[in-house]
Amino acid sequence: MEIVLVGLNFRTAPVEVRERVSFSHEQALRAAEELRSQGILEETLVLSTCNRSEVYGVNPGMNRESANALSAYLSSFHKVRPDQLNPSLYHHYDHDVVRHLFRVSAGLDSMLLGEAEILGQVRDAYLRAHEGHATGPVLNRLFQAALEIGKRVRAETELGTRPMGVASAGMKLAERIFGKLSDRSALVLGAGTISEQVVSQLRDRSIKNLYLSNRSREKAEEFAKQYDGRVMEWGDWDNSLKQPDVIVSAVGVQEPLLTKPLIERAMSARGNRALFLMDLGLPRNVDPTVANLYNVYVYTMDDLTEIVEQNRAARKSEVPKAEALIEEHVGKFISWQASVELIGVLDILRGSMRERRSAFLKEKLEGINHFTPQDREHIGTLMDELIEKLLIVPAERLRSEKELRKKIQNVEAIRALYLSDREKP
Amino acid sequence: MTHQPFVILTVLAYLASLGLYLNFLYTGKELTGRLATTLMFLGLVVHYVALLLRAKGTHTVPYHDLQGSMSLFGWLLAVTYLCLEIYHRQRTVGPFVLPIILAFLGAAFLIPPAHSAAVQNLPHGVVFALHVTLSILAYAAFALSCVLSLIYLGEERLLKIRRLGDVVWRLPPLELLERMSHTSVLVGLATIAVGTALGFVAVDRLPQQQTYFDPKYLVTLVVMALYVVYFQLARTASWRGARASKLCVFNFALVILSFTVVNLYFSQHHRYF
Repeated sequence: MEIVLVGLNFRTAPVEVRERVSFSHEQALRAAEELRSQGILEETLVLSTCNRSEVYGVNPGMNRESANALSAYLSSFHKVRPDQLNPSLYHHYDHDVVRHLFRVSAGLDSMLLGEAEILGQVRDAYLRAHEGHATGPVLNRLFQAALEIGKRVRAETELGTRPMGVASAGMKLAERIFGKLSDRSALVLGAGTISEQVVSQLRDRSIKNLYLSNRSREKAEEFAKQYDGRVMEWGDWDNSLKQPDVIVSAVGVQEPLLTKPLIERAMSARGNRALFLMDLGLPRNVDPTVANLYNVYVYTMDDLTEIVEQNRAARKSEVPKAEALIEEHVGKFISWQASVELIGVLDILRGSMRERRSAFLKEKLEGINHFTPQDREHIGTLMDELIEKLLIVPAERLRSEKELRKKIQNVEAIRALYLSDREKP
Repeated sequence: MTHQPFVILTVLAYLASLGLYLNFLYTGKELTGRLATTLMFLGLVVHYVALLLRAKGTHTVPYHDLQGSMSLFGWLLAVTYLCLEIYHRQRTVGPFVLPIILAFLGAAFLIPPAHSAAVQNLPHGVVFALHVTLSILAYAAFALSCVLSLIYLGEERLLKIRRLGDVVWRLPPLELLERMSHTSVLVGLATIAVGTALGFVAVDRLPQQQTYFDPKYLVTLVVMALYVVYFQLARTASWRGARASKLCVFNFALVILSFTVVNLYFSQHHRYF
């Protein structure tokens, strides 16, 4: 057993626990340093996002007891009582760690299936740990493979292509009409949670001009300050509506706020340039007949929710493809790991055989008197050569033959077969 | 060496490319898209060899008969499309253009030779060759703008009625389709203008000066005027968007009319171009 993972995520721990066990960048590096200096792990990497905190480690002598030591360390590091923390923790070992990490970087273990951010978070965590010399050959290889599979899953499946939130679905639709939004203008009506999500999406897409309007001007100004937008006067619709290409309305009204005559006037003022309206209010903020206007595209909360549901189903249907890719990479990693371990085992075996060879010769040649010291030395050399041939040739083949490495999955059996407990690393 | 094996190879390359483009449209796999473009480029090269060998075999230019003229049109359409794909970095139009190229190529291949009689006494020289090539290139560019306009109309309709399906997410944005269509029309207008001017120069250089009226002149002028109108209207408030796209489709219907009915039944000197 070599690789271990102890962690928690949104499935196993409520947000209150996740908050307490999260690591800042500095804390992650400090924990890695301490875990190595205390001899719990030889290589360490801490992956901490808002949905998970996981400690990956490598220790040749790792067993379930030392994994428990890692849990105890987490408990003491974050000053959370073990009885509060342990029920939320999961422990994975070796192949399960590899599979888990690959699923994480592919977005299969995310709250939002297939989300892209996690791959960047895995990469950042790896780069920081690598720069801090916390990782070694095994974790370097493991995380590089995880980044590779993360990219491959996104390139070869549709897991990450479809928007999964109402706000991002709306933005994707706007991009279907205008292309990139970086040279476009948007107006957001309302300053609630939904509006904030939309504004965040617009900013992510580097919208050129962001206008905000709200019944409470004070709140609109606060909102505008936070997102670098400009406040438009609430009610001055003829002026406000002629500029933006995207209008998002998420306010509480009894009657539609954006009526057909209002949008007709706006379209006339903007030279009939296409207009995308996202109506995220309930009751609806946009008069349904506005959708009949030329070059106007109206999407309500229901329309966007339906798109998100379709996308969710489509993403789920891509999971088997992603899992198949992951299994392929898990197999590759296991083969690599096994070959590295086997080369180590062969080295130990060679040393052990040489040791035994001396005792064996001494015992067997003791009664034979006609052998000169030169003969005895010659027999010793021949036996050494035999040992070298028996062990070095397989090791060299293992280094050079990829197919052979794939076949080797269980070094433990070889280790158990040939080495005594004392000789095992 | 006969050109027939190269025509078959061209059709196979275009068919394989079409299959890959369709797969790219449905799956979005970048590698498939690149392979589709590569195969289309290979098809283009083989198509060129086929045109060259045919011209050598018949000791004349491709536009000397209907078969050659249609094949040349298909080749120029493929060239125009590939340039547009590279310029706008947009592959999803490929599945809509390739069937037209294949249709022209197939039609050229299937036309009985009796219906593809060569035009007698065609003028010669570089100016005339440029006149014909540029005119056919203009038709190809107009064909491309028509395809783009049809995609625009389809996508716009789906966005309007909120039925997106799987493919809409991969089609070019409406705004880009408009720009691509404008680029094609601009190329078509420029080439048809220069081509037509060169046609008059070629006629002027004929040894025996003759004045005659060819209905093709009038139709070409109408086509040019309509595309200029499209180009202007597409920027105005009341026409931008779907209306301009419909006009573009209408204009191309006139181009088809010019390329077929006018050429075959009314024109004396423009049978196949």
